[in-house]
Amino acid sequence: MNNQEREPIFSAKNLKLLTEPLGKNNPITVQVLGICSALAVTVKLKPAIVMALSVTIVTAVSNLVIAAIRQYIPDRIRIIVQLVVIATMVILVDQFLKAYVFDVSKQLSVFVGLIITNCILMGRLEAFAMGNKPWPSFIDGIGNGAGYGIILVVVAFIRELFGSGTIYGYPVFEKLGIYRAGYENNGMIILPPMALILVGMIIWLQRSRNKNLIEKL
Amino acid sequence: MIQFSNRYIFIFSSVMVIAVATLLSLAATLLQPAQERNLEIEKKRNMLESINISSSRDNTEDLYDKYINESFVINSKGEPVDGVDAFTVVLKNEQKKPLEEQYLPVFRAVPDDGEKVIIIPVEGKGLWGPIYGYVSLKSDMNTIYGVNFDHKGETPGLGAEINTTPFESQFHDKKLFDDENFVSVQVIKGGAADADIHGVDAISGGTITSKGLQKMIFDCIQKYDDYLLKNRN
Repeated sequence: MNNQEREPIFSAKNLKLLTEPLGKNNPITVQVLGICSALAVTVKLKPAIVMALSVTIVTAVSNLVIAAIRQYIPDRIRIIVQLVVIATMVILVDQFLKAYVFDVSKQLSVFVGLIITNCILMGRLEAFAMGNKPWPSFIDGIGNGAGYGIILVVVAFIRELFGSGTIYGYPVFEKLGIYRAGYENNGMIILPPMALILVGMIIWLQRSRNKNLIEKL
Repeated sequence: MIQFSNRYIFIFSSVMVIAVATLLSLAATLLQPAQERNLEIEKKRNMLESINISSSRDNTEDLYDKYINESFVINSKGEPVDGVDAFTVVLKNEQKKPLEEQYLPVFRAVPDDGEKVIIIPVEGKGLWGPIYGYVSLKSDMNTIYGVNFDHKGETPGLGAEINTTPFESQFHDKKLFDDENFVSVQVIKGGAADADIHGVDAISGGTITSKGLQKMIFDCIQKYDDYLLKNRN
């Protein structure tokens, strides 16, 4: 016990928890979790970033809470307990956004509430926090939230740029004079199916560079 | 894994539920004043935007007091109703009442160009939830001076585009009446002709929101029909 407690806060093992979800164990592109919201909030960059932050906070704190009480949670109602913790966190985040960053909360509207249904959260609680100590669980939550966020931001960047011609609301294409050269905003890319195709392309790209990710048949 | 007794499970769940309920109600109560204040500022800000004055969170109150100087409530016949504060009228609740009993708020404002405008709040249904806004009319009670729309949960990039400047600015100088007949403003797929004084371009990918917006403007402003016709000049 004492031995473990002396483990440095950012030991190699803990760092791995942080970095793996960003790449070879990414929740969206490898575990294919949380796709639904990745399609919904990636039309514009700003909601995508706030969504990524909110999910990261909720995942990290729920992981922390569940890991802290994991030995007291009766096995038979563990899913309910996990859901209650997630739902509480999401409502708190929503209330805080409404009180202190009203503009952003308005932009995200229903999607904050939908964090509850994000599969990544339940996945991490069930797969990691139930069997690990609070601090590694917290790191794992941050890592997975960030891994989710990075895909969201990439997809949102592409969709906002080609769909609306802006980056974070700044009219890039207009300033560059691309419209005068005959370009028109791509209406298709702001529809959800294009987000799915983009995520598919990211998965393809990632697997073509890392052959280990390809399933053996 | 340790086996827990039913008794333990019951106690655990009860304690958990009570703890969570306490936490949430505490948060809701503590944050409520800040949230309500945000909503009030937001409302004032939207009203200012409908008369083409953009404000930041900090100067909203000052600008509101400066430009919007009168508010009152009328009924569907255009007669004034006493003793009701227009700012606190909740449109959604009014719309559930029979037409004769509805309170219809009117705000008067004088922007920098000296035009005497009235601001009318509107509320209707979009695709996912309520959409609402303010329409301001010039003193002829026919020409739109400016609009501001907002929504609860329309799709970002699609229906949510109703609260962007490019969409809202299309409403400037559109007419509500054709002589004495109320025709409101139509959203037109593919864009309205420049000469069309009653039409604006709908949002591609946001058809249901656009139609909802059209219905919202028609339904809400039609109730002011008598008042608008009576006060034309």
